[in-house]
Amino acid sequence: MSAYKIIDHEYDVVVLGAGGSGLRAAVGLSEAGLKTACVSKVFPTRSHTSAAQGGISAALGNMGEDDWRWHMYDTVKGADWLGDQDSIEYLCKEAPAAVLELEKYGVPFSRTDDGKIYQRPFGGMTKNYGNETVQRTCAAADRTGHAILHTLYGQALKHNTEFFIEYFALDLIMKDGACKGIIAWNLNDGTIHRFKSHTTIIATGGYGKVYYSATSAHTCTGDGNAMALRAGLPLQDMEFVQFHPTGIYGHGTLISEGVRGEGGYLVNSKGERFMERYAPKAKDLASRDVVSRSIALEINEGRGIGKEQDHVHLHIDHLDPKVIEERLPGISEASKLFANVDVTKEPIPVVPTVHYNMGGIPTNYKAEVLTLNGSEKTVPGLMAIGEAACVSVHGANRLGSNSLIDLVVFGRAAAKRAAELVKPGLKHDEINKNETDRCLDRFDKLRNSEGSNPTSELRLSMQKTMQSKCAVFRTEKTLKEGVDEIRKPYDGMDSLSVKDKSLIFNTDLVETLEFDNLIRQAITTMDSAYHRKESRGAHAREDFPKRDDENYMQHTLSWCNGSKTKINYRPVHRSTLTNDVQYFPPQERVY
Amino acid sequence: MVQLNLPTNSKVEKGKYYKDKTGSKNIRKINIYRWDPSKNENPRLDTYEVDMDNCSSKVLDVLNKIKNEIDPSIAYRRSCAHGVCGSCAMNMNGKNGLACTKSHSELDGDIDIYPLPHLKVLKDLIGDLSTLYKQYESVEPWLKTSKVSDKENIQSKNDRAKLDGLYECIMCACCSTSCPSYWWNGEKYLGPAVLLQAYRWIIDSRDEDRKERLKKVADELKLYRCHTILNCTNACPKGLNPAKAIAEIKKMLATA
Repeated sequence: MSAYKIIDHEYDVVVLGAGGSGLRAAVGLSEAGLKTACVSKVFPTRSHTSAAQGGISAALGNMGEDDWRWHMYDTVKGADWLGDQDSIEYLCKEAPAAVLELEKYGVPFSRTDDGKIYQRPFGGMTKNYGNETVQRTCAAADRTGHAILHTLYGQALKHNTEFFIEYFALDLIMKDGACKGIIAWNLNDGTIHRFKSHTTIIATGGYGKVYYSATSAHTCTGDGNAMALRAGLPLQDMEFVQFHPTGIYGHGTLISEGVRGEGGYLVNSKGERFMERYAPKAKDLASRDVVSRSIALEINEGRGIGKEQDHVHLHIDHLDPKVIEERLPGISEASKLFANVDVTKEPIPVVPTVHYNMGGIPTNYKAEVLTLNGSEKTVPGLMAIGEAACVSVHGANRLGSNSLIDLVVFGRAAAKRAAELVKPGLKHDEINKNETDRCLDRFDKLRNSEGSNPTSELRLSMQKTMQSKCAVFRTEKTLKEGVDEIRKPYDGMDSLSVKDKSLIFNTDLVETLEFDNLIRQAITTMDSAYHRKESRGAHAREDFPKRDDENYMQHTLSWCNGSKTKINYRPVHRSTLTNDVQYFPPQERVY
Repeated sequence: MVQLNLPTNSKVEKGKYYKDKTGSKNIRKINIYRWDPSKNENPRLDTYEVDMDNCSSKVLDVLNKIKNEIDPSIAYRRSCAHGVCGSCAMNMNGKNGLACTKSHSELDGDIDIYPLPHLKVLKDLIGDLSTLYKQYESVEPWLKTSKVSDKENIQSKNDRAKLDGLYECIMCACCSTSCPSYWWNGEKYLGPAVLLQAYRWIIDSRDEDRKERLKKVADELKLYRCHTILNCTNACPKGLNPAKAIAEIKKMLATA
C-alpha cells in the first residue's frame, strides 16, 4: 500500500480516546513525565462522557454516614456476583480520593448547605450492606459528565498533553503478542499516521450503536474493542448489555436515574406504581436491570401506556419546581425538546433503552489487558479503561453513577501502572512492514468498495436484529435466530458500496469503518448471549430464569475471526485485594 | 459606491438536484452547502427532495436520512444527538444552531443548511474550529489554587450558583460564529464562547487567580471588540447569555 503517505510518531504512551477515562489517564501520564499522545476521532469535549447526567459515586459521607465497603457490597450485588471483587474493592476504596481530586481540578459540583459536594440517592446504593438508601452519588446538577469532561480537558491542557484530534484509529500494531502502537487516519488532511508506543491505552468507550435504539451517541461504535478482536484478543462478557429503564419513548434520549433519586416514580396504564410489586424495599431505586425488566413485563402484560401500550410514565410533577430547576434542569430541557413535555405538569413517556456495555476488553485492576493462554496472562504494551474495558467491576449489571467513577479511578490506575512499566524516552522497536500493510489493506479495500450494499443498510439490518433478538428478555429460540441473522449484514460486506473515495473528512468511509467495527461486536454479543444458559444481571433468559453459579460464575471470553467466534470462560475472581474487607459470597439478589 | 464581490472561487454555484424516488406526497426541499477540498471546484448548493412522512423531528434526522438513503457522501459532524456534545452546530435557514435540537417544523419553506459562518470550511458542513480551540486554551481553563488539603474546597451554594449559566457551555461555537466582531477580528478577539469560559473561571470562588485572569483579557482586541450586538445570546442553543458574561468582565475591570 505504498500509495498512502505514512507519517511516523514516537511516544512513550499513546492514549486512544479522549473521554473521561482517556483524559484522566493522559493527565496522569503527563504528570509522570511520559511523552503522551492522546488520539481521538472527535474533539475531546464531544466525547460521550458529556452525556452522563446523574452523578459519580463515592462514599464521601457528606450526606450521612457512609463506608466504601458498603459501596463495594452494593456493586458486587448490582453486578449479580459476576464482578471481580479485587477490582471492585479497588474501585470503591479509591473512589473518594478520585472525586476529591476532580473537585480540586475545578469540577463545579452542586453543594450542600455547608458547602461540601452534594450527593443524591441512586439505584442500588445502600447503607450498611443493603439496608436502606444512602446518598452517595456526587452531582453537578444533572450535567455531571459534561462538567467532569470539560474539567478534565482543561487539566490535560494544563499538563500540555499532545492531542491528535479527528484522527480515526484503524488498528493496533502487534508484534510477537505485544502491542507496539497504533495506526490512525487523519481526517483533517487524509494522511496516515503510525504511532509507536511502549504502552497503548484503549479508552474508546462502548458500542451502543449495534442496537437500533440506544442512548449512546452516533460515535459509540466501540472502535477499540474491534481493534482488540482484530489483534486476535478476546472480548469479555459481551452478552451483558444494560438497558436504561428511562430513555425517552420514541427518541431514546436518556432521562437520568437521578430523576428517581430526587423522588421521581414510574407508573403503568392503570396508574399503579408498579415498582412496589417488583422491588418492595428499593422500589423505583432498584438496580437498572431489575427496573428495566419490570417495565418490560408491565408492557408485555398489557399495562403499557399509549396507543400501542408500549411505554410507561415517569412522574416528577409532584416535586417542588425549585428542586427541578436546581437539580434537574437538563432533563427538563431534554423532555421539552424530545417529548414536548413540561415536567412540572406532565409525566415523561419512557421505555427501557440500550445504554451501557458491561462487557469489553478484559483487564486486571491495574488496567492491563488480559488474555487466556491456559490461564490468565497480560498482553504486554496494552491497557484498556472506561467503558471499552471489562475490569470487571460492573459484572452482569452496572449500578448508576458507577461508570463515571470507573473512568477516573481506572484512568488514574492505568497512568500509575504505565509509569511503573515505561521509562521516559525508551527506544522503540522497528515496525514490520507487513503489520502496517495488513492494516492499510483493510482500509484500502473498504475505501474502494464498489458493490451494491450501502453501509447504512447493513448497519440498519444489524441494529434491527440486535434489537429484536438480543433484547431485555432472551430465549434459546430468539438467540439461535439471532446467531444466524446477525451474520447476514457481515456477509453483506462482500458487496459493500462506498460512494466517497476521498480522504479528507470522508464520513462515508468513517461510517463504513465504524460498521466494520460494530458488526464484529454484534456477533460476539449475540454468540456470548446464546452460550450463557442462565439469567444473571442484564442477561435475562426466559428459558433459564435462575442464576447458575455452579456453571456460569465465569466470565465469557469471545474471540472473533471474520464472522467465526470462539467462546471460552475464565473464573470470576473470588477474593478481595486486601484484608480490609471480606469476600462477599453469592446470595440471592432481591431489592 | 464600492461594490463588494466574493472571490470567484468561493462563489456558491447551483449544484445537483436529487429528485424524490419514494413517491411521497409530503416532500420538502433541503438545500445543502457542498464543498470537496480534493476537487478543484467551487462550492455548490445541492438540493434534496426528502419524504417528510418518514422522517423524525429534528434537522439532524433530515441530514441522517439524506446520508443514509440518498447521498452518503455528504459530510457533517454529529455525535450525541441530544444537544450536549456540540458537534452538529451549523447554520439553518440563516440562523446558527444545533441540528439535533432544531425541529424542522420550526423552519419555514425550503431548508437551507450551511456550515457555521466565517469559518474556513474543511468539507461540506464541517468548519475549522482550531482557532477557537487555541483561544480557549489561552484562557487557561483550569482551577488555580495554592491550597493543599485532603478535603474538598468548600464553596457556598450561592458561590456555586454563580457558575450556573456558564459551565453548561458545550463549545458548539454557534455564538462566536454569529458575531460580526468575531467575523472581522476572529484571530485576535476572543469571541463570546471563549469569553464566557474566561468568566466561568474568573467568577469561581475557589480560584485564586482572578486578578491575573482579568488582567490577561483586559485588552482592546481580546475583550473590547465586543460591541454588544447580542447575536451571541440570540444564537446560543443552550439558552446561555455570553453577552452578559462579557459585560460582567468589563464591569469588574471598570470597578476594580
